Amino acid sequence: MKTLFDKIWDAHVVTTVQDGPTQLYIDRHLCHEVTSPQAFAGLRARGLKVFRPERTTLTADHNIPTMGQDKPIRDQVSRFQVDTLAKNAEEFGLIYYGLNNPKNGIVHVIGPENGYTQPGMTIVCGDSHTSTHGAFGAIAFGIGTSEVEMVLASQCILQTRPKTMRINFEGKLNAHVSAKDMALYMISQLTTGGATGYFVEYAGEAVRNLTMEQRMTLCNLSIEMGARGGLVAPDETTFNYIKGREFAPKGEQWDKALAYWQTLKTDEGAAFDKEVTFDVSQIKPMITYGTNPGMGMPIDGTIPQLEDIDESGKISFEKSLKYMGFAPGEKLEGKQIDYVFLGSCTNGRIEDFRLFTEYVKGKKKADNVTAWLVPGSWKVRKQIEEEGLDKILEEAGFALRQPGCSACLAMNDDKVPAGKYAVSTSNRNFEGRQGPGARTILAGPLVAAAAAVNGKITKP
Amino acid sequence: MPLPIENVDTDQIIPARFLKATTREGFGDNLFADWRYDKEGNPKADFVLNNPVYSGQVLVAGKNFGSGSSREHAAWAIGGYGFKVVVSSFFADIFRNNALNNGILPVVVSDAFLSELFASSDKNSQATVTVNLETQTIVNNETGHSESFEINAYKKACLLEGLDDIDFLLSNKDKIEAFEQQRAYAY
Repeated sequence: MKTLFDKIWDAHVVTTVQDGPTQLYIDRHLCHEVTSPQAFAGLRARGLKVFRPERTTLTADHNIPTMGQDKPIRDQVSRFQVDTLAKNAEEFGLIYYGLNNPKNGIVHVIGPENGYTQPGMTIVCGDSHTSTHGAFGAIAFGIGTSEVEMVLASQCILQTRPKTMRINFEGKLNAHVSAKDMALYMISQLTTGGATGYFVEYAGEAVRNLTMEQRMTLCNLSIEMGARGGLVAPDETTFNYIKGREFAPKGEQWDKALAYWQTLKTDEGAAFDKEVTFDVSQIKPMITYGTNPGMGMPIDGTIPQLEDIDESGKISFEKSLKYMGFAPGEKLEGKQIDYVFLGSCTNGRIEDFRLFTEYVKGKKKADNVTAWLVPGSWKVRKQIEEEGLDKILEEAGFALRQPGCSACLAMNDDKVPAGKYAVSTSNRNFEGRQGPGARTILAGPLVAAAAAVNGKITKP
Repeated sequence: MPLPIENVDTDQIIPARFLKATTREGFGDNLFADWRYDKEGNPKADFVLNNPVYSGQVLVAGKNFGSGSSREHAAWAIGGYGFKVVVSSFFADIFRNNALNNGILPVVVSDAFLSELFASSDKNSQATVTVNLETQTIVNNETGHSESFEINAYKKACLLEGLDDIDFLLSNKDKIEAFEQQRAYAY
C-alpha cells in the first residue's frame, strides 16, 4: 500500500546513496532569469552541455516591468539579467519564452496552461512556489541555484525523502470563500514551519470540488507552511483541464497517459507520517495581520494578545505588529488601505480575474486606492480581453498591466511605498516583500476586490 | 552572533531588489540589508551585525530560520559575510540544502540549548561556541553544555572531503540512461 507521493517518488529513483540522499530523475525543469545565471555559468566553467535540453523551459517573469514591455527594460541591471537568460537559452539550445512572446508569463502559470505540467511528473524550478504544479498530482518543488545546475547537468537532483502528511478538507465551502482562504486558514492553524520536512497530499470533499486553478492556489501556498510541496490526486477535473493543451499527449499517447494517470492515487489504508483534518464550514474569508503567512485570521477577527503567544515567539510577534502598525487585540475590519494587488502565481489566473471583476462590476474603485491588476501570463490577459472583463474593469476605474511577478516580490518598479497598506492576493507578507517598509495584508481575490472598491478592509 | 528572532525569512536575509546579479559574489554586503541599514544606507546601531561587541563565524538564530523563497542568494549572503555555521532549533528545508551546497553548516539544536545560547550571549557578549563537524557536536563554551547534531553521511563527506554533487551525479550517467530506457511511463 502506497501513498500517491510514494508512487511518484519510487517511479523516479535512479539510485540511492547509502546513508544519503536519493538521485531522483526530473521530468520537467522550469527556469527564470533570477535563479539561473550562476547555474549556467557553472556549466560553462565545467565545459558541460545541458543533459536533456528538451526537458527545460525558460521564461522571464521575476525581474521585468509590467508596463511598456515592448520597449527595452529601463533598469540596466535588470535588462542585463533578462538578456543573460536569452543568451543562455541560445547557447545551450533551450526553449525560451521571452518578453512579448505569446507564451510568456509567470513560470507557474505557463507550465500548466501550456500542458507542460502533467500528473505523475517530477517538476522542479529555482522558485519555492513550484509546489503549484502539485495540483496535477505531480511531485513539484522549489530548488536552489546549485540544484538548478545539477538538473541542467544531469537531469537529476539529490534529495532526501521527505515525510508524508495528508491534509483533509471535509465539508462544503461557505459563500465567498476560495482556495486562498482555505490555504491561509490552514497555515494559520499549522504555522509557517508546521509542515517543514513533509510533502503534503490534499484530500477530502472540498478539495475534490475545487477547480484546477483553485487547486493550484492551494498547492502554491504549501511552501508557506514549510512543506517541500503539496499535491492533489489527479481526477476527471485534472484530465479535462489538460486535454488539448499544446504540450499534452495526443491521440494514442493520450490514451496511454490517461491509463497511467488513473493509477495515481493513494491506496486505501496507506500510512502517512501525519494526518490533519479541517472542517471547511469553519473557514471564513481570511486576511493576514502580521509579517508571515501564518499570521492570519478571519476578516472579522481580532489580532491575538501578547499573552496568547509562546514565550520564544514574543519578540518576533511584537516586532511584526510594530512593523505593520497594528496593536494586539485590534480588529482590522474597516481599516483604510492604500494599495490592492491582484496577480502572482498564487492568484493571477483567469478565475481570479473573473471573481474580482464580478465583484467590482457596476461599482467604482475607491479614490484612495492604487490598484495593480497583473495577469499571470499573456494567455490569461488575452482571455480577460476575450471575455470582455477588461471593459468591465475599465468602467470600474481599473487598468490591466502586462504579465509578470510584479508586486509579489517587487523586484521591478511595482513597489508599495514605505508605511502604506496593500491588500495583496500574492503569497508572502514578509517585511519589505512588496517594497522597503511596505505593509502587506494577504487575502483572496474577493477580499481584494472589496478593499479596492471600499477603500478599506470589508467583507466581500 | 546572536539573532533571537523566529521565522527569519529569506526576504530579510537578502531582499529581492538585490537579486539582480548574475554572479555569486558581493551578497554579503547586503545581508539583512533592511535590518542593518537605514534608508540612507547608514548602519543602524541597534542591529546586532552593527554592534562591535559581537563578532564571529557562527550565526545563532531563532527557530524556523530561512523560511520563504528558494533563493540561494540567502546562502551566498551568509557565506559572503563570513559565517561558516548557522545554529537554530529549526531550519526551512530549501535553505538548509542551499546552505550545505555552499559549504555553510546548518546546526539544529534543541529549543532548550538554543535558549541557553541566547542567555549566554546576553550575559557575556564574548561567549563562544565550538562546532565539530567530524564528531557532530556543538559546545556552549560558556556553560560547558554540549549537544550532538544530525547531518547525513553524504553531505558530511561533501563538506569534509570537498566532494562535488555534479561529479557524483554524472558518475552515474549509465544509471541515468538505463533509467530513461526502462521506466514504466516516460514523459
